[in-house]
Amino acid sequence: MTVRNVDIAVLGAGPAGMAAALAAAGGGADTVLIERENHLGGILKQCVHDGFGLLRFGEKLSGPEYAGRFVHMVREAGLAVLTSTFVAAARHDSEESVLMLVDRSGVTELHAKAVVLATGCRERSARQVMIQGTRPAGVMTAGAAQYYVNVLGYLPTTRCVILGSGDIGLIMARRLTLEGAEVLGVFEAKSTPSGLSRNVAQCLDDFGIQLHLSRTVTRIFGDDRVEAVETAAVDEKMRPIAGTEERLTCDGVILSVGLIPENEVGEALGVPMDPVTKGPVMDQNGQTQVSGVFVCGNAAHVNDLVDYVTESGERAGAAAAAFVAGRRTHRLLPLMADSTVLLYAVPQFVDMDAPESGAVVYFRSGEELGVTVVEVTAGGETVARHRYQHLRPPEMERLEIDLNRIPVSAGSLNIGVESAAAAEMTS
Amino acid sequence: MRELTCIVCPNGCSLQVNQDVGPWSITGNLCPRGIEFALKELTNPTRTVCSTARTSFAAARRLPVRTRGEVPLVRVRSVMSEISRLVVDREVRMGDTLIENVAGTGIAVIATADLADLIEGEDCDGRPIRSSD
Repeated sequence: MTVRNVDIAVLGAGPAGMAAALAAAGGGADTVLIERENHLGGILKQCVHDGFGLLRFGEKLSGPEYAGRFVHMVREAGLAVLTSTFVAAARHDSEESVLMLVDRSGVTELHAKAVVLATGCRERSARQVMIQGTRPAGVMTAGAAQYYVNVLGYLPTTRCVILGSGDIGLIMARRLTLEGAEVLGVFEAKSTPSGLSRNVAQCLDDFGIQLHLSRTVTRIFGDDRVEAVETAAVDEKMRPIAGTEERLTCDGVILSVGLIPENEVGEALGVPMDPVTKGPVMDQNGQTQVSGVFVCGNAAHVNDLVDYVTESGERAGAAAAAFVAGRRTHRLLPLMADSTVLLYAVPQFVDMDAPESGAVVYFRSGEELGVTVVEVTAGGETVARHRYQHLRPPEMERLEIDLNRIPVSAGSLNIGVESAAAAEMTS
Repeated sequence: MRELTCIVCPNGCSLQVNQDVGPWSITGNLCPRGIEFALKELTNPTRTVCSTARTSFAAARRLPVRTRGEVPLVRVRSVMSEISRLVVDREVRMGDTLIENVAGTGIAVIATADLADLIEGEDCDGRPIRSSD
């Protein structure tokens, strides 16, 4: 077994990890980027659709193009990259993290002064949405279907239903249709779509694919292969309504029922998690509650835009480099989201001693809202406010706050919706 | 009154288009691109087509491709069928043109990845680590 020391280990070479590694190395730290797959790029490699990079590059790129630009930057910067390398075990000691790496040459014990978790997220599986019983072929996540079609060039279904209306499900409804499969409909148990409105428009409406809201798949038939499904309408508590069942003959059930941040390594390092975001508790630079362990991208919380994933990676990588260069003080104020209107807001803490005076807050609303003013208050002062045309749970919003505006006496920050009367007066 | 969802950017504005009297009035857009989108959507809707092409390299079965610009929505099927006949037999790079004028639209189909990067069994230095297929 070999032993190796580095300043910073970045785990995962998707958009978050590539941005983090570039920023960390740019900050003067000896950095290594570790990827379990053969190639850099993460999930973007199979996202052949366009729409990536509008904020970052002002262009509508496909996933491989967006990833490719960063792969080129990683090469030009001459970053140390380990591909086909797994983190088999991890622990955190007081001054460093120790990662057991396994690759084709064997086992390496890597000692890193700082770690950036850029491990992305996983799709919720059939078992996690209580689809039990036999395992006929043809039940798969949208991401798995995407891999079959876009990377392997196989059509995994000829006639399918899509359960759940997440963005990848909508994207795959279009992709499978374009490749000649018949998509019988998208079934969403909730009363509103989970994916972005533009994806409902360009992926379903363009092809006449029906979106059935408040309706779900209640049974899957078939032994070796899916033969049919039963769908039914559901009430507000998502219980199937008797008498509304319909049987559809098909050979595939594509699941798009949510994403969960992937934090096995973070957990091994002892990083406390937020039960709402399912990602680590962190500050605005991705510093978790374990000193020297940072998080970014979808491992921190599920984003809908890669541009924001890159942004968070750059912040975490720069912060990790600063951490390695010299310790500084931290003064953390909790950011409390008003849970009656917001699903969540991150970061969970704002570090008032951070050198940059700007901090970015991301949040999602709990339900669809029309014109809404969201404000951040601290110590009785409004430190940031923004008026939104609409807020929808699938659409993550971004708000910048200036730490200089936070009164020294403030013990916490609160983010919520400005009262209707106040909004009326100021709009 | 027509309701449209703008697909230009992730904001996904809900556009209301009043075509009843006089010049069309468009509301609900956060930026001028919404107006442009609505006018095009109601006269000649266009889309970028993204797909994959077959390759002659066993180790990289599919190459991601897209149209360089938007093609008329009604031509999307013809564009797809022309892409499905394409076989990439050289090591193209991201941005290289694969079809000059796809389905007579005047729009090119381009590669959206470096083929060399897709070859299974090579790490990012291009050094072979394992043979495949």
